[in-house]
Amino acid sequence: MDQMTNTRFDAVTAAPHNHSTHAKVVGQDVNVFYGDKQALFDINLSIGERQVTALIGPSGCGKSTFLRCLNRMNDTIDICRVTGKIELDGGDIYDPSLDVVELRARVGMVFQKPNPFPKSIFENVAYGPRIHGLASGKAELEEIVERSLRKASLWEEVKDRLAESGTGLSGGQQQRLCIARAIAVSPEVILMDEPCSALDPIATAKIEELINELRENYTIIIVTHSMQQAARVSQRTAFFHLGVLVEEGPTDEIFTTPKDQRTMDYVTGRFG
Amino acid sequence: MAVSTAQTTPPRQTSDRAAQLRRRRYAADRRLKFFGLAAIVTAIALLGILLGSLILTGYQAFVQTHVTIEVAIDPELVDRDNPASGNYRAVVADAVQRLFPEADDPAVLQEGSRIVTNGAQVILRNMVVGNPGLVGTTFSLQVPVSDPYDQLTKGVIQRDSPENRRRLNDAQISLYETLEERGLIETRANWALLFNADSRFPELAGLSGAIVGSFYALLVCFLISFPMGIAAAIYLEEFAPKNRWTDIVEVNINNLAAVPSIVFGLLGLAVFIQLFGLPRSAPLVGGMVLSLMTLPTIIIVTRAALKAVPPSIREAALGVGASKHEVILHHVLPLAIPGILTGTIIGLAQALGETAPLLLIGMNAFLTSPPGGIMEPATALPTQIFIWADSPERGFVARTSAAILVLLGFLITMNAIAIYLRARLERRW
Repeated sequence: MDQMTNTRFDAVTAAPHNHSTHAKVVGQDVNVFYGDKQALFDINLSIGERQVTALIGPSGCGKSTFLRCLNRMNDTIDICRVTGKIELDGGDIYDPSLDVVELRARVGMVFQKPNPFPKSIFENVAYGPRIHGLASGKAELEEIVERSLRKASLWEEVKDRLAESGTGLSGGQQQRLCIARAIAVSPEVILMDEPCSALDPIATAKIEELINELRENYTIIIVTHSMQQAARVSQRTAFFHLGVLVEEGPTDEIFTTPKDQRTMDYVTGRFG
Repeated sequence: MAVSTAQTTPPRQTSDRAAQLRRRRYAADRRLKFFGLAAIVTAIALLGILLGSLILTGYQAFVQTHVTIEVAIDPELVDRDNPASGNYRAVVADAVQRLFPEADDPAVLQEGSRIVTNGAQVILRNMVVGNPGLVGTTFSLQVPVSDPYDQLTKGVIQRDSPENRRRLNDAQISLYETLEERGLIETRANWALLFNADSRFPELAGLSGAIVGSFYALLVCFLISFPMGIAAAIYLEEFAPKNRWTDIVEVNINNLAAVPSIVFGLLGLAVFIQLFGLPRSAPLVGGMVLSLMTLPTIIIVTRAALKAVPPSIREAALGVGASKHEVILHHVLPLAIPGILTGTIIGLAQALGETAPLLLIGMNAFLTSPPGGIMEPATALPTQIFIWADSPERGFVARTSAAILVLLGFLITMNAIAIYLRARLERRW
C-alpha cells in the first residue's frame, strides 16, 4: 500500500501535465491518529498553485481530516496527532517555531455549514484584517471589506445593509460571506470543506462559479461529496478511501480513465 | 423477500395479540401522563398551601393601626438650638394628657400612655431634629399604637374572649374604644415594615436594615464570585488539558456546590473572622462566605454556557487566524453571557435566601439602624426572619410571615429578571 501511494506521489510531482504549476502545498508521509485510531495512512500529495484540487471519497475516508491538517485546525482536538511533513511553500507547517495564527491567515478556510459570526456583515469581513492589523485606518478597512465582498460576489447584494447581522442572510449568501471573510485576510490557500453541502442547487451554482473565479488568485483545495461538483470546479482530483490516498491526477483522467479499480468503482457509483 | 413472507404469514399488525399489546402500550402511555400530571398538581398544591398560609398570617403586618395625637413641642422641654437632647418623654406624656382631656386619674393616664407606641418619643425626636422649626408649634400626628392594641384592632386579640385569656383587660379595651369612637384610630399601610430598621417594638420594627445588609452582602458576593467564577470556568473549559488533575478539580467543584452551607459559615468564622481579623456581623464577611457558595454555581453554569456555544463559531474564528484569547473574548464569551448572567442571578438568589452561614458569622445581631457600609454590623433578610421568628411579641408572628413574603418577593423578582434576560438575549442558531 505504501509503495503504491509513493509511486503515485512521484508520478504526480514528475508528471508533465498541462497543470504543471509550482507545488504550493506538499504532504509527505502524513499519518493522522485520533487517539489509538489511525485516520490517515502515509499520505503523499502535492497541490499545485492557483488551481482547484478536489478531495473526494466516501464518508469517513479521511479527506476532511487531511484538509484540516493543512491549516492545523486539528490542533484544537486534544487526541489528534499528526506525523509526517506538510510544507507550505517549502516551509514545514508543523515546525514548532511556526506561528499557527499566521499560518491560518495564509491558509483560510470555509466550512461545511455556513458559520458567519453573529455580528454585522461588515464586522464579519473586517474581523480578520483587524486582528491581523492589515488595515491602518477606517477607510482602508472599509476598502478591504468592499474588495473582499466584491471578490465573493456578494457586494451588490449586501452593500446597503452592511450593518445588519450576517446570520440574517440566506444560506448561500452566508457561505459567500464566509468566503469573503476568508479572502479578507489575503490568504494564499483557501480550504473548503464541503462548502455547498448545506445549500440549494442555485446557491451551489453561484459558489462554484465563484470558486472558478477565485482560482486566478488563490490555491483552492475543496472537499466534496459531489463528484459532479469535483468534475465541474477542479483541475485535479485526489481520491481517498479508508484513510489512504488511492489516486491523484487531472480531474478528467480521474473521472474517465482512473488507474485504480477502487477509483473506478467510486466514480461510477458502485459504492460510496 | 418481503413479498414472500407476506404470502406465508399474515401481517402481524392485524393479529389479536398485536391489538392487545397495542392497548396495553396505550394504557402505559396514559399512566405515565397521569403520574406526571399528579406530581405537578401536588407540587402546585403544596406551593399554594405555603403561599396561602404565609399570606394569611402575614397580610396583617402590611397594615398598622395608628392613633392621632396632638403634639405640642414646648420650648421649655425642647431647646430649639439643641433639639436632639430635648425631653421628648414629657412631650409624649403631654400628648397623652391631651388625648384624654377629661381623665384626671393617673392610673388611666398610665394605661392611656401604653396605647401609644413606646417609640413615640424617638419618632418625635427624629422629626424635630430634622425640622427644628417645629419647636414651639402644636400639630397633630399619627403614631402607631402599641402592639397589643394593634392586635386588638386587627382581631387577633378577640374582645369577646374571656378576660383572663387575653392580653388586654376590659378596662384597657374600653379606654381604647373611647378613642375609636372619637375617630382617632386609623389603620393604614405599614411603610415602616420596609423603611424602618429593627426594633424591640413590633409596631416599629422594619426590614430596612436587613434589606440594606442583604444588598451589601450580595454585592460583595457578586464582586467576588462573578469574575472568579468566569475566569475559573474559562480556564477549565478552554485551556485546561483533559487529564486526571482537571477531572479531580471538576469533581471537587461539583462537590463544593453540594457542601452544606453551615460548613461555609464555620469556615468564614474560623478563617475570615478569626484568622484575617475581619469584623464580626459585617456584610463583607457575609458576602465572602456567600461567594464560596455561589462560586461553584457560577463556574458550573458558565462552563455549560461556554459549552453551548456552537463549535462552528470557534472554528470560524480560528479559521481566520484568531488566537485563543480572541476566540474566547471576541466570540465565545459574548455568546455565553446570557446563560452566565441567568445562572449568576439564580446563584445570587440562592445566596440571598441563605441563613445558616450568616448566623455563624453573627449577622443575626439586634441592630436598630441600617449598616452604613460593608464593614459595619448588619443583618440580612433571612437572618432577620430568624430573629423575628424567635421574638415573643404577638406582632412578630405576622411580621415574620410578612418578612418571608418580602424575601420571596425579592427572589421572584430576581428569577423573573433571569428569565427575562434569557428570553431577551438568547440567540438561536
